[in-house]
Amino acid sequence: MWANHRSLLAVFLSMLVGFVTCIALSTRASIETTDKASAVDPKLADGLAAWEQVYSVLTSPRCINCHTATTYPQQGDDRRRHFANIIRGPAGKGVPGLNCVSCHQSENADSTGVPGGPNWHLAPLSMRWQDKNDRPLSSGTVCRALVDRTRNNDLNAAGLLKHHQEEPLVLWAWSPGRRPDGTRRTLPPLTHAEFVAATRTWVDAGTPCPRAK
Amino acid sequence: MRAALKLDYDLDLNRRSFLRVSIAAAGGLLVSLYLDLPATAQEGNQAPPPRAYPPDAFVHIRPDGKILITVNRLEFGQGVQTSLPMILADEMDADWSQVVAELAPAADVYKDPLYGIQMVGGSGSIAHSFQQYRELGAKTRAMLVVAAADRWHVSPDQCRTENSVVYGPAGKSARYAELIKDAARKAAPEKIRLKNASEFRLIGKRVPRLDSRAKCDGSQKFGLDLDLPGMKVAVVAHPPVFGGRVKSMDDKDARGIAGVHEVFEIPLVKGGGVAVVADKFWTAKQARDRLKIDWDLSGIEHADSSQLWTRYKETARTPGNVAVARGDDKVLDGVPAARRIVAEYEFPYLAHTPMDPLNTTIRFDGNRAEAWVPSQFQTMDQMAIAQVLGLKPEQVTFHTEYAGGGFGRRAVIDSHVQREAAVIAKRLRGTPVKLIWTREDDVRGGYYRPMHAHRVEIGIGPDGLPAAWRHVVVGQSLVAGTPFAVMMIKNGVDATTVEGTANTNYHIPNFHVSAHHPTVNVPVLWWRSVGNTHTAFVMETLIDELATRAKIDPIAYRRKLLKPDAKKLRGALDLVDEQSATWRNRLPKGHAVGIACHECFDTAVACAVDVSIENKRPRIHRATVAVDCGLAVNPLTIKSQFQGGIGFGITQLTGAITFKDGRVEQRNFDGYNLPYIIDAPVTVDVHIVPSTEAPTGCGEPPVPVISPAVVNALAKLTGKRYRSLPLVTI
Amino acid sequence: MATYQLKVNGQSKQVNVDPSTPLLWVLREELKMTGTKYGCGISACGACTVHVDGVATRSCVVPVSLIGDRPIVTIEGIGSDAVGRAVQEAWIEKDVVQCGYCQSGQIMSAVALLKVTAKPTDTNIEESMGGNLCRCATYVRIREAIKSAAEQI
Repeated sequence: MWANHRSLLAVFLSMLVGFVTCIALSTRASIETTDKASAVDPKLADGLAAWEQVYSVLTSPRCINCHTATTYPQQGDDRRRHFANIIRGPAGKGVPGLNCVSCHQSENADSTGVPGGPNWHLAPLSMRWQDKNDRPLSSGTVCRALVDRTRNNDLNAAGLLKHHQEEPLVLWAWSPGRRPDGTRRTLPPLTHAEFVAATRTWVDAGTPCPRAK
Repeated sequence: MRAALKLDYDLDLNRRSFLRVSIAAAGGLLVSLYLDLPATAQEGNQAPPPRAYPPDAFVHIRPDGKILITVNRLEFGQGVQTSLPMILADEMDADWSQVVAELAPAADVYKDPLYGIQMVGGSGSIAHSFQQYRELGAKTRAMLVVAAADRWHVSPDQCRTENSVVYGPAGKSARYAELIKDAARKAAPEKIRLKNASEFRLIGKRVPRLDSRAKCDGSQKFGLDLDLPGMKVAVVAHPPVFGGRVKSMDDKDARGIAGVHEVFEIPLVKGGGVAVVADKFWTAKQARDRLKIDWDLSGIEHADSSQLWTRYKETARTPGNVAVARGDDKVLDGVPAARRIVAEYEFPYLAHTPMDPLNTTIRFDGNRAEAWVPSQFQTMDQMAIAQVLGLKPEQVTFHTEYAGGGFGRRAVIDSHVQREAAVIAKRLRGTPVKLIWTREDDVRGGYYRPMHAHRVEIGIGPDGLPAAWRHVVVGQSLVAGTPFAVMMIKNGVDATTVEGTANTNYHIPNFHVSAHHPTVNVPVLWWRSVGNTHTAFVMETLIDELATRAKIDPIAYRRKLLKPDAKKLRGALDLVDEQSATWRNRLPKGHAVGIACHECFDTAVACAVDVSIENKRPRIHRATVAVDCGLAVNPLTIKSQFQGGIGFGITQLTGAITFKDGRVEQRNFDGYNLPYIIDAPVTVDVHIVPSTEAPTGCGEPPVPVISPAVVNALAKLTGKRYRSLPLVTI
Repeated sequence: MATYQLKVNGQSKQVNVDPSTPLLWVLREELKMTGTKYGCGISACGACTVHVDGVATRSCVVPVSLIGDRPIVTIEGIGSDAVGRAVQEAWIEKDVVQCGYCQSGQIMSAVALLKVTAKPTDTNIEESMGGNLCRCATYVRIREAIKSAAEQI
């Protein structure tokens, strides 16, 4: 069953990829990241900072809208519930008669405003990045889910990086096409290159996660 | 149904109409009506020959035995395409399997016998044409019987009819189709006998719809499906605020698209717009999307919902024009505060949004025109088209096209869609053009159920019943400034604003209802069940609240409060009580019952619903509905209307059209929320009160009861009263 | 403009249209197959539902350029499928339709459901039919007809 979900994972994971060098990096040193070690281990500190960059992408609407904890996907920058009662279904692909691919084709349909990419689907619940009230989970919680091989389709760190680099639905987030009114969908806060770089930094640091509260 | 039918109509319902029989050009017997005859004219074969247009036939018996029956109404879901032919075929003793129904074009003979225009609305199709179609059937049958009797040299009394065959003495028989030529020479009978209810073979039976198969295999053609040689498709760019005008336009990009035929400014009923004419719809739409229009929006009101609410609520605190003043209005002020309720209600604008987008096709040939319109208002729409084209109405051949729903949206007094189409057709002279309103045009295009504020003050008597009731309604008039105003506005009160309140079936000794009709720059229109959408909600939720305060069962409380002469509603309430008793007494945990009843358009409805809360929304597990609609012509269709009308009524709980700076904030079904299958009751069981009274309508009456019934149930679950629609949070 | 070879209800059809044209309008205006309906144009009502390679698809939002060689089945062709025929007959038996405008899409969605789920529960029906809007609200009979068809198949 997991095999089928490969691409799913790819999606989320891919979002992870990202940034390193980003300027805004440690911006939130705030995040209750550390233990003592990180204070003295620059690599760990960089890794945690890089993670926050990755997290900023994962929780952007282009990514998190399909990483819900509920029975439905979201849409739009306001992350509203998807219209027309679209539901997750047993495999994250909708249900017979109302599949994700009933509308979402292999590429964006800009003339009608429907986004598309290969095998459009929701992330599995193990990769939910929101709670049931549609609020994004904390950075630490998402991080730990991501590195948990029982939840992430058994990807190791290198696998996560590759996912962020290559998975088509991850890449989609940076070419999300046009809305029905013809305007362009907004992009994640980092470029894809920045996202991959951040993921690499984080992976190189041993995929550290902010400490739980 | 054994009793004789209590229908004491004057048989000569169409006083100015006369029956004529003739041979159809293509063969077969035509039974027609014609109007406005010289005084000397008589019914029968001396009548003028049939005309090509406007047509006047109601029955066409073809040589192959098929019987074509003309339906003088739009079919848009309500089922008259089956029910009216049933009525005629029953009296005619026609073989039902050979009956084919056809929608009548616009013509005088097809006008509603009571309204005087050709239309569907007010649940009048069966109510007003029942007697007409029976007579037509009975007279046709009588002529066929006379033809057979003469052929056999027997008395008509010795003949009987069944399944399109006349049977005579000694085993003689003749199929109707064999009697065409003889019957055409007979004078239409002056006196006929209509059947007793016990003789009905179709009326009162569960007869499946005639249009089912075509609507299940894709072959049914609707107005939007029309395809004519050389036809063009038009879309119109409308101003973002009602009444706006085109200041300037850059149509270079639009014209650059292959297949775009013409782009030009057109006048609208309010303001102006830009028409795009192309070979195909998608081309036209793309071109419209590329128009750069600078709109002049000066000097027009920019409606704003939040400002309107503030204004409406303030207005509702002052007395309006008096609709009802019964008893002493001062009694209320004497009731102690502990026994008073003050309730303020909010209802938003609602769009009808029939599934089938608005459309009209017209070809203008200079001195004639032909129009194809899914119309609830044929007479008005034909006149409007003629006026724009500088023709007389009879110069516009007007085809009634099947419509995918309407709910009032195709009965527009100013015929704005048809006027747009006619303006475009005039420019395209000689070329047929189909105007399509996209869904966005429809959602943003106005003609909504008006928004309303109600303020009700109730003084409760020591017995727990309302002793005094002061009710103020604020909402735009549907007919002010139209030809309908004379009939429908009295003492400054639009009857459609207060119907359902002013004429309540509850006995309230001191009862005062008044109305304010603000003017707002938003076109408004009747929406299925009209004023009863909001008035029934207010009445039925308040009655429920009173019952709860009095600690009396809501059904018992209503029975106590109903006027003695509210027999229909009492009967419906009794029946719903009986039919829902079992499940009401076995409700699962977390479920509650909600009750509502209401009479409108002479049909009484009572409803009990089983509701729980799932995913923060009301989940309606079941609705039991009882209805008294007089004689039930087709119980299958009636049940269908009630099952569906209940679902349609849920729109009140889900949907809203709102304005900001004059613009509609919704654009399509992604923002204007409508009931899908999950929002509708899982089951709806419909029970019909047995009756031999004249049939009344079933299109409008199902709608009002469901919303109050659901929130009455919610109130039991949450302890909250819901007075602002739609339900945003529970 | 571009030329596309479409497989519709088992027949090969050639059309020459703008690539951005939704399949719905190709069916309706180029191929004159008007059983598939325009209701909203944004895939929110389901009136335009057809099957593309067996998947219930909202033809109003899918540009013809993305169809490729996948076979298309519309309401006009679904009757030659055993499940399709059973669903149509159940619809007639239960007298489901009112205005009928949304029913092509309802039937196509119901067939897609029944092809995967032979004996659907109420929940299955609510989920699979959840995006098909019916303003006449024939939902109660749609539910009955799907169950009836399931018995027949």
